[in-house]
Amino acid sequence: MKENQWLKIGFQLAAIVLALLFTTLVLLMAGASPLQAYLNVLEGIFSSTADITNVLAAWIPLLLTTSGVLITFAAGLWNIGIEGQIMLGAVFTTGALRLLENSSLVGGWIILLGFLAGLLGGALWGALAGVLKTFGGVNEIFGGLGLNFVATAFALYLIIGPWGRPGIASTSGTLLFPTRLWLPTPTNVALSPWALVVGILSAVLVYFLLRGTYFGLRLKAVGKNMRAAFLLGVPTWQYSMYAFLLCGAFAGLAGAVQVTAVYHRLIPTISSGYGFLGLLVAMLINYQAIWAAPIALFYAALNIGGIQLPIVMKMDSSLSGVLQGILVLFVLMVEGARQRLFEKR
Amino acid sequence: MTSIGLLISLAGILYGAAPIMFGVIGETITERAGIINLSMNGTILLSAMVGFAVAYGTGSLLLGFLAGALIGGLVALVVAFSSIALKQSQVAVGFVLAVLCLNLSYFLGHAYISKNGPSMNILPIAGLDKIPILGTLFFRQDLMTYFSFVIIFLTWFWIYRTRPGLMLRGIGERPAAAYVRGADVNRLRYIYTFLGGAIAGLAGPTFSLDVKAGWAGQLSGLDGYGWIVLSITIFGGWNPFRAAFGVYLFSFLQWLGLVLQPVLPNIPTQVLQVAPFPLMILTLLLVNIGNAEWINRMMATLPEGTRRLVARLLRALRASPPASLGVPFDSE
Amino acid sequence: MNVELKDIHKTFGAVHANAGISMDIPGGTIQGILGENGAGKSTLMKILSGFIRADQGEILLDGHPVSIHSPADAIRNGVGMLHQDPLDFPPLRVIDNFILGRSGGLLPGEGAALQDFKKLAGQFGFSLDPQAYVDSLTVGERQQLEILRLIWLGARVLIFDEPTTGISAQQKVKLFAALRLLAKQGMTVLFVSHKLEDVEGLCDSVVVLRQGYLVGSVKPPYDTHQLVEMMFGKEVTLGARSAGCAGEVAFSLRNLAVEDYRLHIGEINLDICHGEVIGLAGMEGSGQALFLRAVAGLVRTVGGQILRGDRDLTGRNYHFYKRGGVAFLPASRLEEGLVAGLNLTEHVILAEEATGFSINWEKGRQLAQSRITEFNIHGTPVNTVESLSGGNQQRTLLALMRVPLDLMLLEHPTRGLDIESTIYIWNKLKERCQQGTSILFVSSDLDEILQYSDRVLVFFSGRVTPPLDVSTLTTEKLGELIGGMGWPESKNEASVHERKPVA
Repeated sequence: MKENQWLKIGFQLAAIVLALLFTTLVLLMAGASPLQAYLNVLEGIFSSTADITNVLAAWIPLLLTTSGVLITFAAGLWNIGIEGQIMLGAVFTTGALRLLENSSLVGGWIILLGFLAGLLGGALWGALAGVLKTFGGVNEIFGGLGLNFVATAFALYLIIGPWGRPGIASTSGTLLFPTRLWLPTPTNVALSPWALVVGILSAVLVYFLLRGTYFGLRLKAVGKNMRAAFLLGVPTWQYSMYAFLLCGAFAGLAGAVQVTAVYHRLIPTISSGYGFLGLLVAMLINYQAIWAAPIALFYAALNIGGIQLPIVMKMDSSLSGVLQGILVLFVLMVEGARQRLFEKR
Repeated sequence: MTSIGLLISLAGILYGAAPIMFGVIGETITERAGIINLSMNGTILLSAMVGFAVAYGTGSLLLGFLAGALIGGLVALVVAFSSIALKQSQVAVGFVLAVLCLNLSYFLGHAYISKNGPSMNILPIAGLDKIPILGTLFFRQDLMTYFSFVIIFLTWFWIYRTRPGLMLRGIGERPAAAYVRGADVNRLRYIYTFLGGAIAGLAGPTFSLDVKAGWAGQLSGLDGYGWIVLSITIFGGWNPFRAAFGVYLFSFLQWLGLVLQPVLPNIPTQVLQVAPFPLMILTLLLVNIGNAEWINRMMATLPEGTRRLVARLLRALRASPPASLGVPFDSE
Repeated sequence: MNVELKDIHKTFGAVHANAGISMDIPGGTIQGILGENGAGKSTLMKILSGFIRADQGEILLDGHPVSIHSPADAIRNGVGMLHQDPLDFPPLRVIDNFILGRSGGLLPGEGAALQDFKKLAGQFGFSLDPQAYVDSLTVGERQQLEILRLIWLGARVLIFDEPTTGISAQQKVKLFAALRLLAKQGMTVLFVSHKLEDVEGLCDSVVVLRQGYLVGSVKPPYDTHQLVEMMFGKEVTLGARSAGCAGEVAFSLRNLAVEDYRLHIGEINLDICHGEVIGLAGMEGSGQALFLRAVAGLVRTVGGQILRGDRDLTGRNYHFYKRGGVAFLPASRLEEGLVAGLNLTEHVILAEEATGFSINWEKGRQLAQSRITEFNIHGTPVNTVESLSGGNQQRTLLALMRVPLDLMLLEHPTRGLDIESTIYIWNKLKERCQQGTSILFVSSDLDEILQYSDRVLVFFSGRVTPPLDVSTLTTEKLGELIGGMGWPESKNEASVHERKPVA
């Protein structure tokens, strides 16, 4: 048993090394000095408090989406539709804020309602994907993809149409919300402690849900063997729906955070790829909820660090995306190699 | 709009559909063999970038297209290898590759943004292009568009009218039965995945060297086409003709969006452009609805005559995927 | 073509599936191979047809040793196998299925193939529409297609695995005629079956396998008693049993009818008493598993009623039954019964009624440990279920059953288990009976059926005997019934329903 553990760790380290090698190769192909690139990325993460708070701010939506997809993965579902769920969350939040911005309510309450609206919007969109799957037999990957596009279209319609900036409706987004509708932050820092709390709480909640509740156990049973779970008494389709609802809710919260804490308006790219990135993080941590927070932090850091590259080295910031992707790919492939070489099937 | 203008627009639809056609036909072939290549979105971008880079560097369009095809084939091979040899989930690996290749294309392609590269010219077919209407539509296109027409027929012919194509259908439907009949299922899966990937890999360069010449990085507007390809593949029911119909329908709806823009000023272009999507979902719903358990139960309560009718209707709509799609094959 | 098997051995783990089997089958004959489930028939046929490789032994065709390492090898050597569920391609047409796999040029040559097809079909009197889709064909028709295909490919040896399961009487007549014709043409036909009447009526020679050994080879005229004895072995001493029906009826089945794509079982009438054990005997595929699942609420019945006391449970879903005290134990432990990846504690917690929102792991572990002790499971609460042996997995499944239960439905409860586990499990089950639980169980082990049942139902080809008191049964009688002999004659031969698939 012990040697099995060391072997696993050894292979995982090999995957990391391979990923770094690959990224170095890519950098060389782009004609850059790998060392300089890595240093710049690190600089972009650590060199100032602004950087660190930016990393934390990017961490929050990623934590939310990762937590959400951990639930759907537990149920054996590929919730590719998560980007759309973030979008709908953002739309609902914007809608709530717009509705209430001229009311006499205190800003804080409006924001809270905005969050609730976002949660609802995301959950709704998730439920739609769930219904398509459970009752329509539409694979959640394709249903999700389609719904992603519909969500984007819907958001665009709102941004340019009914919610357009007065005068010139622009695809760059709706009008900025007044500052009282911004999630409050300490002075000169672009990080909202409220949002941070929401993010961390969600990770804790999901960890607890999956580890310590009947719901989580049943969900896992459904994901690992739907037939046996059914025979053991679990209402399987209901649990699939719950998974979609919950993940959608978390995604919706991510959307709410994006609106109230980051962009302060609705833009067409408000989901910023956090949905897909959450899927990647979940895969990388092999669906173990306890690793969600640190690895999400790592990936958020990579995102922020990568921003340095266009500025300093005239390279595209998507190097972070390359590293994020290749890491997961090698971890998957190395795991497969290890099983093939060392485990009897 | 004049009739000539309409004709030219329609020809433009065929032209604009060419890259998507390669993607859908390629993915149809791969999925017929039983493998899902979810990396399509990344593959298109990467092959577009590489195709452009190679063509720009060498001045040769041919090399550019070949490079794109090679990239498409190689990425598809990674999916196949991970699934067959390493027994990892095709969906997982494909998805990761989609993200990875997208980022690779942006990063490595940075140096090529706004460069002017070679692009294709119209190649009217002498004689045939004088035919009224059809001449303008079909015979005044460029090479890749012609190829996109040809490949539909070639693929259809291969799948439905040849012996190896029959085996391909067999592998996708019931690999165990194909194995019993002497097929080396996994080897054939590798071959078809590479082939399908290579054809799909032509989609990218057809954009960057033709339809949307040049490489514009994140502003290239190519992000998302891969997902579209995957959806149309299903809509096409794994049949090249039906798939072609789906591609042209999609292209047509996009064009319609542009055309209707002045008529419906309140609706942004992008919305009309993505309007095909709810349509796709609806069709996915319709084609799958026959499989749902509750439908079967409901049907059991219908009187015999009605039930037969409904069954036949569902059967016509149904696009049954190759039964072994996504499932690794073990000869045990 | 002469087929000779010399000293074939095959072991799967601890099971010696084929123990030194040697056979000599002359060309142009129909060789019957009899044996109950687990006797080794299918292993032997899989070896001959290339699906698996023997550990030891030789195969000779016409005196030449051949190596058959894959199904492709087999057909190249002229050996073709017809599986019980034909390995064909349902979404493709008949003619496509016919052509697929035959080597040739780029073009499929459909025209020439059609001619050959029609000619062959005519020879055997098969009426198949080449343009029809295989998923609209009946099992019998699919079989016919396979026969034609294998002959077209040049098979000289044809292996039929339980070919008469699920085909209609008319098709059986055609099949037998075809087989006789094939033999006359010089083919070697291997006919694997458990149906005594079929084997006796058709085969030129019969070989009986039991527990991996070839226990006998006989020629006509056949003595049914002798065959049964060879198949099932000698008399077994019947264990002590409870007094049977204690009078009070727990569940009633009235005119119950169930069907799947192959079989239709109808008019089952049964009153199940508290604490009674009813054994469902029959070869696999005869309908008993289907029946059991219908009583569990997993399969929809197409007629009749299931009553509990005076409450009508018909048409309700599985979870309703489960909540009402009916438990179902599937035969495929890891596919249907247990969740691979979860450990024993997690299973125990899943099986219990939820107490609140969060799990008390400590209590769960203790509960799991108590179950482990109670059922003598060789494992710890944190062992994943897939790491347990088969016997321990079965004990785990039992340990997950709620107490008390009204009805337990067990699918092959001791399949693949050692003697010790079997005895232990039955002791536990009998404890339940004493508490009033009724048990219905499916088993292909005659000894088990006779030893533990109060009453027995025998299934054969979709027909069911009325409940038989076990004290009136002997191994021989039971074996006969399972093989299809000794049943009361029905009105006409076509009482075996054959199902036409829904278009």
